[in-house]
Amino acid sequence: MRISEHWLREWVAIPEATTELAERLTMAGLEVDVVETAAPAFSGVVIGEIIECEQHPDAERLRVCQVSDGTDEPKTVVCGAPNAVAGLKAPFARVGARLPEGMKIKAAKLRGVKSFGMLCAARELGLSEESAGLMALPADAPAGGDLREWLDLDDPVIEVELTPNRSDCLSMAGVAREVGVLTRNPVSEPAIEAVLATSEATLAVTLESPADCPRYCGRIIRGVDTGAPTPTWLAERLRRAGIRPLSIVVDITNYLMLELGQPMHAFDLATLAGGIRVRQAQAGERLALLNGDTVTLAAGTLVIADDQKPVALAGVMGGGDTAVGDGTTDIFLEAAFFAPSAIAGRAREYGLHTDSSHRFERGVDPARCREAMERATAMVLTYAGGEPGPVTEAMDAAHLPEARRVTLRPARANALLGTAIDDEAMRETLTRLGMAPEEKGDHWEVLAPSWRFDIAREVDLIEEIARIHGYDRLPSRRTALPASIPPESESRVALARIRSLLVDRGYHEAITYSFVSEALQSALDPEHTPLALANPLSSDMGVMRSSLWPGLVGAVVHNRNRQMARVRLFEAGLRFRGTLEALDQTPVIAGVVTGPAFAQHWDEPERPVGFFDLKGDVEALLALAAPERGCRFEAESHPALHPGQTARVYLEDRPIGWLGALHPRQARALDLDKAVYLFELEQSAFQGRALPAFQPISRFPAIRRDLAVVVAESVTAESVRECIREAAGEALQSVQLFDVYRGKGVQEGCKSLAMGLIVQDYSRTLTDEEVDAIQQDVIRALAEGLGAELRE
Amino acid sequence: MTDELQALTEQAEAAVDEAGSVAALEEVRVAYLGKKGRLTEQLKQLGKLPADERPAAGQAINAAKQRVTERLEDRRAALEQAELDAALEADRVDVTLPGRAEQPGGLHPITRTLQRIESMFRGVGFAIAEGPEVEDDYHNFEALNIPADHPARAMHDTFYFDARHLLRTHTSPVQIRVMEAEGAPVRVIAPGRVYRCDSDLTHTPMFHQVEGLVVDEGVTFGDLKAVLEDFVRQFFEADLALRFRPSYFPFTEPSAEVDVECMFCHGDGCRVCSGSGWLEILGCGMVHPAVFEAAGIDAERYTGYAFGMGVERLAMLRYGVNDLRIFFENDLRFLRQFR
Repeated sequence: MRISEHWLREWVAIPEATTELAERLTMAGLEVDVVETAAPAFSGVVIGEIIECEQHPDAERLRVCQVSDGTDEPKTVVCGAPNAVAGLKAPFARVGARLPEGMKIKAAKLRGVKSFGMLCAARELGLSEESAGLMALPADAPAGGDLREWLDLDDPVIEVELTPNRSDCLSMAGVAREVGVLTRNPVSEPAIEAVLATSEATLAVTLESPADCPRYCGRIIRGVDTGAPTPTWLAERLRRAGIRPLSIVVDITNYLMLELGQPMHAFDLATLAGGIRVRQAQAGERLALLNGDTVTLAAGTLVIADDQKPVALAGVMGGGDTAVGDGTTDIFLEAAFFAPSAIAGRAREYGLHTDSSHRFERGVDPARCREAMERATAMVLTYAGGEPGPVTEAMDAAHLPEARRVTLRPARANALLGTAIDDEAMRETLTRLGMAPEEKGDHWEVLAPSWRFDIAREVDLIEEIARIHGYDRLPSRRTALPASIPPESESRVALARIRSLLVDRGYHEAITYSFVSEALQSALDPEHTPLALANPLSSDMGVMRSSLWPGLVGAVVHNRNRQMARVRLFEAGLRFRGTLEALDQTPVIAGVVTGPAFAQHWDEPERPVGFFDLKGDVEALLALAAPERGCRFEAESHPALHPGQTARVYLEDRPIGWLGALHPRQARALDLDKAVYLFELEQSAFQGRALPAFQPISRFPAIRRDLAVVVAESVTAESVRECIREAAGEALQSVQLFDVYRGKGVQEGCKSLAMGLIVQDYSRTLTDEEVDAIQQDVIRALAEGLGAELRE
Repeated sequence: MTDELQALTEQAEAAVDEAGSVAALEEVRVAYLGKKGRLTEQLKQLGKLPADERPAAGQAINAAKQRVTERLEDRRAALEQAELDAALEADRVDVTLPGRAEQPGGLHPITRTLQRIESMFRGVGFAIAEGPEVEDDYHNFEALNIPADHPARAMHDTFYFDARHLLRTHTSPVQIRVMEAEGAPVRVIAPGRVYRCDSDLTHTPMFHQVEGLVVDEGVTFGDLKAVLEDFVRQFFEADLALRFRPSYFPFTEPSAEVDVECMFCHGDGCRVCSGSGWLEILGCGMVHPAVFEAAGIDAERYTGYAFGMGVERLAMLRYGVNDLRIFFENDLRFLRQFR
């Protein structure tokens, strides 16, 4: 909402300084975005009158004009505008003038003719975005008068960003009312008198959907000069409000919308077939709109129709065929009340947003229709003539918004606000807002005014009291905290700890979008049908991620394309799997590494990161998650991963994630030339950790026996360890795998595993014989279970 | 002292002085002072002297031994020191060479900001609550007093899956979920990702919010003001002025937008605050009774306040980041700046 300060002054006395007014509006909830003058800065521009206009001798498209600028001597001005013609008044920038973009006007020679100044188009003065020749000024504009002064272009225009609840301020009348409340000044409304009909002409109006439209005023005016010029003051007021002046009748309807907040519409009477029916559209009816679009209407959309067809999308936009145009002489004016529920969402449904729909969907004062109609009629008669018929008013009182009776308990207001505002101050505030309370014992009753659609319950009144009282005057209160200690589970590893671990291991945290490209995701996670957005921004962000890998791999590509050789990233967040009816939004933690295993170092040979580097990171995470619970890595296959370097991670036999090398085929498709390793673990793995349970420390020495066995390649280290654990029994404290050897001395297709077995007893020192026996049991079990041979 | 002893002593001293290492010195010691050393031998010769000369001669020999021993010990100390010095010198490293180990990475600045916010609110008794990101229309809108076709919906630019399911446009649905699950009283913040169908220089389709909700008997607007005043000043570690402006959110009433004094110009007006001296940083208000009703909480008995803040905005102001979109590019050159 753009408010001309000088226009506002006609309605209500306001503070001298615009900044003060802006501050008060902002602090009352009408947030001022910007204050600017009605025109950008320029100087030296006066009203010029073209006295003579001749063809330039050497240039077909130029004219040589004699321009009177109020001084004795006319100025010779060369001008290229096609509408330059003798008798026209237009802004004239004298030599020495400065135009908005900083252009300085100098005497110049154009194709051999000297020119002293410039006749201006509206665009050159920042008064319009379109260029349509010289800006024609009315005949009564005083030649030589300062244009800024004459058009009052130093008028500050205050742009207010209104919240959706304050539709009552979408007009000059509403803003003036609000300012009157804030400044305690009276508001002077224009006197509006009924215009007497000079003809009998009427159009029947039928309210076929009275709940949607309980009130409709219409009036015929015949013999209107629809080509009459719009007076400058009116055009300027529209322009300042951000509305482009079009033609006198349309401009008047727009003016009433700005002034009183009542959107209006004018039909070309000749195009209407029969009476007006305000009804719901039938599905499939079509309507060509003013903006050139043709819409197919959905059942239930409220339309204005004549006896044959819809002629306007009620409260949103008129039809193109019935609009007032060049040949129109007889018009039918509409000022109606459409219920917010009938309009809300409609404009958007048809891809429209208009000044009218903006107001109706938020609420237009239903009491203003008639006034607006009378005032519009008077203005049409003044500026374009015509013979008005009587106002036809169709009304269904039962469906008009009922004045809401709202209860207020002053004590409740103070309790909610933490204030001690006295009753008198509250009463005064409400009264100034047009809601004089009626006292009923311990509570008051207030009748919400017809222009306030946001007053329905007590808290709405409390907000009004707080707003007018001033939020800055509401006291802050620091109270003691209730002394109860919140539960704090020790079995859960905080996400912050998990993040710290990865950060300390050289990872940077990434945050990638939760929606990813379907193509990339189906390459990396083809087994899950992705959840697709109905209205994605782009196909790159079309589906919800079913894994964090697409985002992380994307981040690797981004960094690799920027000469980052070594990338270590992790992310914590939700992955989305399943259907809307049964959707798993699972918190996971995932990581990606590529490039050298370590940052280049002067004393370390460089090597690329490998599977076991990543596995080390994952093991560190699992050590946090479950130091005492069984975690296993199983060689399994995953479509995104290298078939020989893929492990599925199990916690107590429940799969909790994967790690492995990105499949070379995927890497190639993404132009990644270095191996990329990925992991993803469910965060739930980090819950349910057991408390540390103290074990006495054995006072007896631990004994280590080293053992090297040769097994087939297919025998996993884990199965060897498992076999040893079972065979060795309780005395075994740990098994340390310290070498894996292939080559000379070991048969092809086999490998040698060297392990240290540490045995210890809690009650005594184990004898050599006992340890030997354990070792023999282990060797036998390995031989029998896994075909292992002792390596000498 | 005999000339012979004198000469021997001087010879021994010269040998001590010439010894170039502790090992050589040891040889000298053995040669002169050892069991068969030449000075020790002198003592053994005493018996050949007449008895009356023996004491004087013995004294002279012992004095000579003493002299040589002292000289030897001094020399030993000097040699040991020199050897230690040499060894230390040989072990000298260039301490400016880089150490050997992984350097830590860093948290994303959004996480860093969130953790800071969370720890501040935890300190005053707030619990952390979470909710789903794929939400239903009811929790994201209806229960928050935003019925279908409400003009506020147009401001939310919602991503939809179908008519009923969407990506949450704010963290406010967590308010409803917490109240549904736990009733009153409530004291939580809900940090998380939110989504709006908008992308340009100043909007990303995903961003982060922190929602706050306090419900109890006797909660007032004054409590809300105090907690936010304290939070903002602690967050920015500066004594900044706050401004509460009336505003509108369907789920709070009275509602306010909160501006903080621009920390770059201290209210004088600069480019960051567009000359106004104020920066809008969060929205808040008293919980709307319609929200309490939707969540099944007695709106007469309980009152509450709620607030919501944009984490990117706070992070940008705190760390001087001037480009919103860079947060989600995950460029290491950016991330490395937040260790």
